[in-house]
This record gives sequence, structure tokens and C-alpha cells, in this order.
Amino acid sequence: MKLPAARGPVSSALCALLTNHEPATEPGLAGVLRDCAQTAIRDTDDILLDEDLQAALYTAYELRYSGLSGVDDAWEWNADVLALCAAIELRFEQALRDRVPMPPLPLPGVDTVAATLFELTGADTGPSVSRYLAKKATDGQAREFLIHRSVYQLKEADPHSWAIPRLHGRAKAALVEIQADEYGGGRLAHMHSELFARTMRELGLDDTHGGYVDVVPAIVLASSNMMTMFGTHRRLRGAIAGHLAAFEMTSSLPNRQYGNGFRRLGYDQRVTYYFDEHVEADAVHEQIAARDLAGGLTDDEPGLVGDVVFGASACLFVDALAGAALLTAWTAGESALLGGALEPAGARS
Amino acid sequence: MTEPATQPGRDAAVSITACPNGPLLVRGTFEILTPAGEVIPARRKTVALCRCGVSTLKPFCDGSHKAVGFTTEPEAPAGEPA
Repeated sequence: MKLPAARGPVSSALCALLTNHEPATEPGLAGVLRDCAQTAIRDTDDILLDEDLQAALYTAYELRYSGLSGVDDAWEWNADVLALCAAIELRFEQALRDRVPMPPLPLPGVDTVAATLFELTGADTGPSVSRYLAKKATDGQAREFLIHRSVYQLKEADPHSWAIPRLHGRAKAALVEIQADEYGGGRLAHMHSELFARTMRELGLDDTHGGYVDVVPAIVLASSNMMTMFGTHRRLRGAIAGHLAAFEMTSSLPNRQYGNGFRRLGYDQRVTYYFDEHVEADAVHEQIAARDLAGGLTDDEPGLVGDVVFGASACLFVDALAGAALLTAWTAGESALLGGALEPAGARS
Repeated sequence: MTEPATQPGRDAAVSITACPNGPLLVRGTFEILTPAGEVIPARRKTVALCRCGVSTLKPFCDGSHKAVGFTTEPEAPAGEPA
């Protein structure tokens, strides 16, 4: 994807380093990055809402996915870039550990862990973007919703796929079964990220991966970054399993509402298919994810039960913050996009 | 591991998992038919069939059992693959 725009000193220093072609100036640029990051990480008020640090982490992480236009792929494993990620991750994970509410932990096991996860996700009373979309959202807000979601949905399933080689037995079989369905079961046109791209195109939106990264607020990047952090650290395999479980377990019913919202606004199945598909798919996935993946993992590795629940609760916590940001803006008649609402459909060049 | 009393049959063409308080997960080679015998296309290899009665996608599950507080038997159904 294209290199995201800088949002502050850290992301700016990272862009300067990644696009530098002079070996002689590289140590200096790396030093600037290290110093900026140290200060920003020390002084940030809230790393979940920190535009600069989340943008920098998102940019560095993208090297692990599709890469960045004009940036050498070798930067993915560059020590200065990895050190930046590690420094941001340390503060990011600590903030999540401090703030994500934790229910009493179940005993390891399929039935106990699944019961805890169903209770946790069923009790989720966060602000409901899905109800707003179903009943009230304007066409512009519905389009903005897709823009926010596109940051993750255009690479839907990828962050959780990192966990596949890190799991064993029942949990691995479960994750692969879910992911195979996410990727369309061998049919490209059914791949969920492709379905989302089609929905975007139907609304005249840019379906390029990263096309809207520069206009979404930090919390949207934080939501995506959290998945990548959980997925790319073997140490956090419990958290990524729990995250996927919570994600799937809070998906079927909201997706029906999203579909209803777009139908209310006059869109047909070409737009709503993505949401309708998720109602059915995630009713399957949530059972497999809660029981075989999350529960099965704790059978295999009982010491991970805390991280499984943490990952699930972190999913709900961060996505509730992202949802609240949308609803706060919308109910005030504003847009949650940086720089305000995009131009109406058709006006984009 | 929570192993079932009997290992899942390796040669069974179809397996059905009864999910506590939820749907029936069906895996394998199967057809779902209308009462008139027409095939209801399945969009995925593993499907979840409604057993709470309130799905809007019947015969498939849409997660509605959670909204209505559907509960199955107190004990896990016998023969449930673990």
C-alpha cells in the first residue's frame, strides 16, 4: 500500500528513514526516530488515541503484510524498525493490560472457557454502531462506516492467520477451518476481503488497501495494530485466539443490522451481500472459535487461559472505543474522519 | 483434552456437533433439502443449523439463539465431539 502520511514527529521520522536512499544518512535518521519515539512514548496521554504513535506502528506493521510502495521490503526486519515496534508495543500492551476489564478467569477447558466467552460477549453493552446504522444513519454516515472498517476489512482474517503455526491440535484445526472460510473456501470471489471491496466499489468508494488509512482516527489504527501485535508475537497466541473468538461472537447479529441499514438506504444485495454472508458465516465461526479454538487452546496450554480472556476482552474494549468515536461524532452531526466528511459519492476524483 | 467417550468415527461421511445453547454444526458431504426435495445450497463447507427456532435464515443459524436466551439440555448432549 502507499506509505501512510505522517501524523507527528515519530511517524514523520519513520517515513524519512524508510524512504531514505543515502546509506550515509541512515544512522542519523535512525537516531532521530529513536529519540522522537522515546519522547513520544514517555509523554503520550493515551497511546490508544495517539495519532502519531498508532500511525507509526501501523506503517511499520504494514511491512509485514503487503509492504509499502517505494519502500524496500528489507525494512521489515531492520533492527531500528523492529526496535521502534518493540518500544511502542511495550507501552501499548501495558495500556491494554491496565485498562481492559477482566472477568473472573474460568478453569482451563472447552466448556468453561466457552461459557466465560459467551457471557463476556453477551454482556457487551457498548454503544451500538449497528443499531444506529440500521435505524438512523444517513447515506454519508453509512459510507463513512465502510471507510473506518476498510482499514481492517480489506485484509480481513490476515492478522489472525499469524497464529496458525503457533497452535497445535484441536485449536489449530479450528483456526484453519475458520480462516479457510474467511478466505472463501478456495473461491476468490467469496473471500471476505473481496466481498468487502465489492461493497465499497458499489458505493463509489476506493477499495485500494490502505486507501483511507490517512483519514481514519488513531483508535481505528489501534484496533488493527492490536490484532497485529497479538498475531505476530508467539507469546501472545492466547490473546489472538481470544480476540478472534470475541470478534466472531459479536458479529452475526450486528451484521444483520448493518445489512438492514444499507437496505433501508436503498442498496441492494450487491452492497449487502458482505453483511448477509457474515450473519451466516459468523454463526458458524463463533461456535468453532469459542469452543474448539479458544477453549481447545486452554486444554492444550492451560497457562494461556488468562491471555485468551484478555484478548477477547481487549477486542470488545477497543472496538467499543472505536464505536463510541463514531457515534459521538455522528450524533453531533459531524464526521469522525480526520479532516471531516469526504465529498459525496461521485465527487471523488 | 476433553475427549469424548467414543472417538469421532473416522469413516463417517457426516458429523453433527450439538453446540450447547446453540446450533448444530454439520461437517462432511451432505445435502440440505426442502420438504419438496429441492437442494438448499450451502455457502460453506461447515454449516450451522438453527435449533432454537428463531433464526431468520432457517434452516441456517443466524446467532439469534443468544438474543432469546435459548438453552439446550443442562448436560452437554451425548456423543458431542470434543
